[in-house]
Amino acid sequence: MVLGIKEENSIVKSIHMATKPSTDVAKKVVYDTRNLNLWYGDHHGLKDINLSIYENEVTAIIGPSGCGKSTYLKTLNRMVELVPSVRTSGEIVYRERNILDKSYTVEELRTRVGMVFQKPNPFPKSIYDNIAYGPRIHGIKNKKILDEIVEKSLRGAAIWDEVKDRLNQNAYGLSGGQQQRICIARCLAIEPDVILMDEPTSALDPISTLKVEELVQELKKDYSIIIVTHNMQQAARISDRTAFFLSGEVVEYDKTDVIFQTPADQRTEDYISGRFG
Amino acid sequence: MVSQKENKTSSVQQLIANSRNKKIKKIVEKAMPTLLFSAALISILTTFGIVFTLIFETFEFFKRVSITDFLFGTQWLPFSGKEPLFGILPLIAGTLKVTLIAVVVAVPFGIASAIYLSEYASEKIRRTVKPILEVLAGVPTIVYGFFALTFVTPMLQQIIPGLKLFNALSPGIVVGIMILPMITSLSEDAMSSVPNSMREGALALGATKFEVAIKVVLPAALSGIISSVVLAISRAIGETMIVSLAGGSTPKFNLDVTDSIQTMTAYIVQVATGDAGYGTTIYYSIYSVGFTLFIFTLVMNLLAQYISKRFREVY
Repeated sequence: MVLGIKEENSIVKSIHMATKPSTDVAKKVVYDTRNLNLWYGDHHGLKDINLSIYENEVTAIIGPSGCGKSTYLKTLNRMVELVPSVRTSGEIVYRERNILDKSYTVEELRTRVGMVFQKPNPFPKSIYDNIAYGPRIHGIKNKKILDEIVEKSLRGAAIWDEVKDRLNQNAYGLSGGQQQRICIARCLAIEPDVILMDEPTSALDPISTLKVEELVQELKKDYSIIIVTHNMQQAARISDRTAFFLSGEVVEYDKTDVIFQTPADQRTEDYISGRFG
Repeated sequence: MVSQKENKTSSVQQLIANSRNKKIKKIVEKAMPTLLFSAALISILTTFGIVFTLIFETFEFFKRVSITDFLFGTQWLPFSGKEPLFGILPLIAGTLKVTLIAVVVAVPFGIASAIYLSEYASEKIRRTVKPILEVLAGVPTIVYGFFALTFVTPMLQQIIPGLKLFNALSPGIVVGIMILPMITSLSEDAMSSVPNSMREGALALGATKFEVAIKVVLPAALSGIISSVVLAISRAIGETMIVSLAGGSTPKFNLDVTDSIQTMTAYIVQVATGDAGYGTTIYYSIYSVGFTLFIFTLVMNLLAQYISKRFREVY
């Protein structure tokens, strides 16, 4: 089964390579991080991050615990601001605008940048209401449109067939893997531009993990995906580009093949070969 | 080496064995379940005893006054010489007026401040305000009674010219103030126990803080909030001192809140502190009123239990 997926991935990749030139210049940059520094109180959490994230790609962020990978991801939709003592400097340019600028409201940013969390966190509501939550808070009230959005999002998250007969049941009655795909569908419902995923499979069993990984491959056609993972095989399987974080710094950032086959930095090689972390 | 080690182990084991064999320890172990059981039994028996007395004396009352007169009579004139009337409706009206006013005052303010404390206030503010609320909940109700009679009523009289010295409005408002901390505190507990991951899920969809509070946290905590309100209502119904002091003692079956009233509790106080002789109809009437009151609060408590099960959003 795993082998099958790998084959599929390589096919997807080869198509990808064929349709899009391998030169980075032609690809659009979604996020351009320039000299980003972040402090939690006195702790210097992110140090001089410079990173360009490309459109319609899966970008994986790997690194040992506490290296700042989740912090960086949460900076991209400013969820990091929920920690009261956070300070940042530098800039993150998203679609030509600096999101760290205070004039950029977090609501506007998060409407365009969705997020999937480590632990599935559906609302204690029906499956339907979970998916319709985003569109509803943004003012969509028409029942017919909502119905369409719900179906489209659930199909997009490859869970429609499993739940179509019980849309009115509580989302907490689903398995962990299904809950996580509900959360992905909830995120798709407002048609974001970017999806941030914070270790989305770490609480799931292998089969559910596989389904989510397949889904990520499918989603990158329409979305730019940034995924934090502690599972290096996962990063190798699903991502186009990988950034290796260590102690709040980006040690290496390149095409995933390069990172895993011919890493430039000794620390990257030590980490991916399992010598630490 | 080995023998020394064995020696050591055996001596510790010896000490344990000695202590285990002590008589007193054995007795305590045996007696404890019985002691604990009897403690539990006493409280249960007392409850049954109270309910039994209530039912028994109420039964005596209904030997003298017909149950239909009691339930549907619109006049409560127990002291009117030859022809006393025992229609409970005016007393119920008094109680409901006060309770309703209290709810109108306490529920919006209580829930609003609970939302503030749980969703907006910093940890420091919460840590300061919560104990203050608990102090407020500990103020003796007689003090609230003075407050209603000597402060709130004169103030209201400035605004509403026709307001009597004893009325339903002033004690209603003050009972509302009394149950406010209870609603705030219990609702805040319910909202704070909603996991943060849910707030994050909504915030990540571009929801504002207020949308998160109203559309995620409030529904998730609804069962806790409703049961706090129902429990508070049940306290308002049973409230005695405030209504005795500021409500008056003229039971009337109407909807006027500016007029003097009498609640069920206030009537019981009036008779119990007066000189109604043992065995008279008036004496038994306080049990029938007490029993009615008991039914009211019992229903409210059962309702609270039912609601908290029915509306629980499982997470």
